[in-house]
Amino acid sequence: MPDFFDEENPREWAYPIEYGLETRVECDVLVIGGGIAGCHAAIAAARRGTRVAILDKGPIIRSGSGGAGVDHWHAACLNPCSKVTPDDLAEYVQKTPYRQTTEYGNAITCAILARESYDTLLDLERMGVRVRDIDDEFVGSEFRDEKTKLLFAYDYEAKHCIRIQGWNVKPALHRELKRLGVAVYDRVMGTNLLTEGGAPGQRVVGATAVNVRTGRFYVFRARCVILATARPFRLWVFSTELQGQASSFFDPNCTGDGCAMAWNAGAELTLLEQSVPFAGAFRYVPYGTGNAHNSWYACTIVDRNGKEVPWVDRDGRVLQTVAERYRPAPGQRFFLSCPDVPYEYQGPRLIPDLAQRIREGEYQLPLYADLPSMPQDERRVIFGLMLAHEGNTRIPVYATYAAAGFNPSRDMLQASLLPPDGYTWGPWWNSVPVPQWREVGRLVNGGGLVFDWNLRTTLPGLYAAGEQLACGANHAASATTGRYAGRNAADAARKTAQPKASEQQIEAEKNRVYAPVRRSKGLGWKEVQAGLCRIMQDYCGEYRSAPALELGLQWLDSIEEGEYASIWARNPHELMRTLEVGVRLAVGRAIMHASLAREASSEALGFKRLDFPSIDPPEWHKLVTIKTDGEKVVVGSLDCDYPLKPPFASTCEENYRQHCALSL
Amino acid sequence: MEARLVPNPQMPCRPLTFDEDVCQGCNICVDVCRADVMVPNPRKGFPPVVLYPDECWFCGCCVGHCPRPGAITMNHPLGQRVGWKRKESGEFYRVGMKNPPPPYSEPPVGGW
Repeated sequence: MPDFFDEENPREWAYPIEYGLETRVECDVLVIGGGIAGCHAAIAAARRGTRVAILDKGPIIRSGSGGAGVDHWHAACLNPCSKVTPDDLAEYVQKTPYRQTTEYGNAITCAILARESYDTLLDLERMGVRVRDIDDEFVGSEFRDEKTKLLFAYDYEAKHCIRIQGWNVKPALHRELKRLGVAVYDRVMGTNLLTEGGAPGQRVVGATAVNVRTGRFYVFRARCVILATARPFRLWVFSTELQGQASSFFDPNCTGDGCAMAWNAGAELTLLEQSVPFAGAFRYVPYGTGNAHNSWYACTIVDRNGKEVPWVDRDGRVLQTVAERYRPAPGQRFFLSCPDVPYEYQGPRLIPDLAQRIREGEYQLPLYADLPSMPQDERRVIFGLMLAHEGNTRIPVYATYAAAGFNPSRDMLQASLLPPDGYTWGPWWNSVPVPQWREVGRLVNGGGLVFDWNLRTTLPGLYAAGEQLACGANHAASATTGRYAGRNAADAARKTAQPKASEQQIEAEKNRVYAPVRRSKGLGWKEVQAGLCRIMQDYCGEYRSAPALELGLQWLDSIEEGEYASIWARNPHELMRTLEVGVRLAVGRAIMHASLAREASSEALGFKRLDFPSIDPPEWHKLVTIKTDGEKVVVGSLDCDYPLKPPFASTCEENYRQHCALSL
Repeated sequence: MEARLVPNPQMPCRPLTFDEDVCQGCNICVDVCRADVMVPNPRKGFPPVVLYPDECWFCGCCVGHCPRPGAITMNHPLGQRVGWKRKESGEFYRVGMKNPPPPYSEPPVGGW
């Protein structure tokens, strides 16, 4: 159908055009972002009897990074089989650098996660998600508890991570939103927060938004607002040429809208200087190459000659059986699944000197995931459950590979061919990172909003949940912090009068939003997007320094008043993408300011300052915070242990009891 | 043989292809796509138009929600079509090869 792409004679837009038309919505709790955290937040608030509205750029039935499924559920400490307690995980967080960089987040998110993870799973089960082996397919398996029919991942003794059949988790949440009468706004992008009197730093009283199909403008007024959008992604690399938007693990709509809104409104942000390198569009299909990590844990790996790569425990003792890969070391109570944890928590792994032994010729590439040699139940649970239910695997891996003839009982999936050092850490489908191509944070944790034990941000009326929290973590953490924020916001909303929004602020935002569609020519969004990525790579890449960051900020300003001011959008979809470029300009600026503010390098934060090479000096063992105050950027700091210092209580248990909005 | 004045494709692969004989144009796929890469076909009953293939995330939700199996296929770009080795024979295969082995028909845990 070449006529669809005829630029000289374009067709009419596919949906009614409603530029300038306005819908006004009044509610008690507004949730911005309808992913995992947002849905759980909206459901929790609605169950408390408040009027809730939720909006998302995508369709809530599938939107968000958890929208295509989930296969394992972390930190289910209160499940009847778990030998790990919330206090165990709290202790672990206290033993890590900066206390915020774990796969469970910080003391606050970890306390919420550990206490509510299993209950949230039971809630999902009531909504129709399969969280047990109800078909009795795995009767007798070591990872199955016969009484509860729960299936466990990783540590089969401590049983704190549950394998679930979560491909349909989002449709179930969507059904529950509808059942509870939550007002659902699909394809509606939040553009900015409304504040009392329209001034930054004041109470948040709602938000503006635009429909990405029709261009209609929305004004939401709310007693409380929950930001449940994700971390900013694709800020250093934006290329759709090789594999569309699959150049990042994270949902393409996760552009940092919430971060930009919070930054513009004057909320405090932290840890935005933390980043990791990645391979951009040169990575492979997620979970789609031979692996021994994450959802593939703990698949046997062989080299091209069929020689098995040994598994060892944390002391380097070679494990003789497959079963031992799922057990703590002698004398160890439990292990955690992440590789870079302190010794106390380290689990079984492939030999750590694999790279060296490949170089010496002991193991010859390519390596393969030897599913056929795995015990039948382990093979079935890896390929048939994990790779059929984890996000971005059911169709892209299970269905596609099965249709192509891949048979897990007979075939060994090849691991991607990497330089030897690439095999030191998994997952191998991530390929080899490029130093100046970065993502904010780590794989499951990163910078965002400063928050307290109520999940309130530093702006009155504004809560945060999931990845929007500085150090928000995995799927279960998003779900649990979502509902915790939902309860707290609902309770606070009942005590708050319906606030007024500033008509002046609304008018100004409307003008800003529609500027790209008022132009009859200009630059396309992709060029400006790619250009600003280049600024991030060059001036805010692996090595940062004050002169380069200051110049980078100058170039961002220059792009904003130059190329960005001439960006144009030919329909509401392009309008969304142009607004996202504006989001990334704001977030890029915030990241550069955060990077300037930390005058020290840090290994744990993946942060290198050429002009401050000293690594993790004790005086910088703190959280650097940044916020805007008019044109000024204000830098502050927080104790890494702030969750357990006054005005808060000294234990997670006590703080949780005081702030969880439940009668315990 | 003809020659036409046409632009290059937006990306190297066609992430989504439709079988017009199977698809009834219900547009469920259009509505579950997070990136809104498709729009409904102006001709009712026909497959959607893939307007923004370059924004596809390859999550497969469109295929997963399709009520008519086979109507949509999600295609990884050639550079993403990984290979495997059959253990007993040592033969090599890959996603997308000519003359592939027969499909593996076991449904996932919990069924389709």
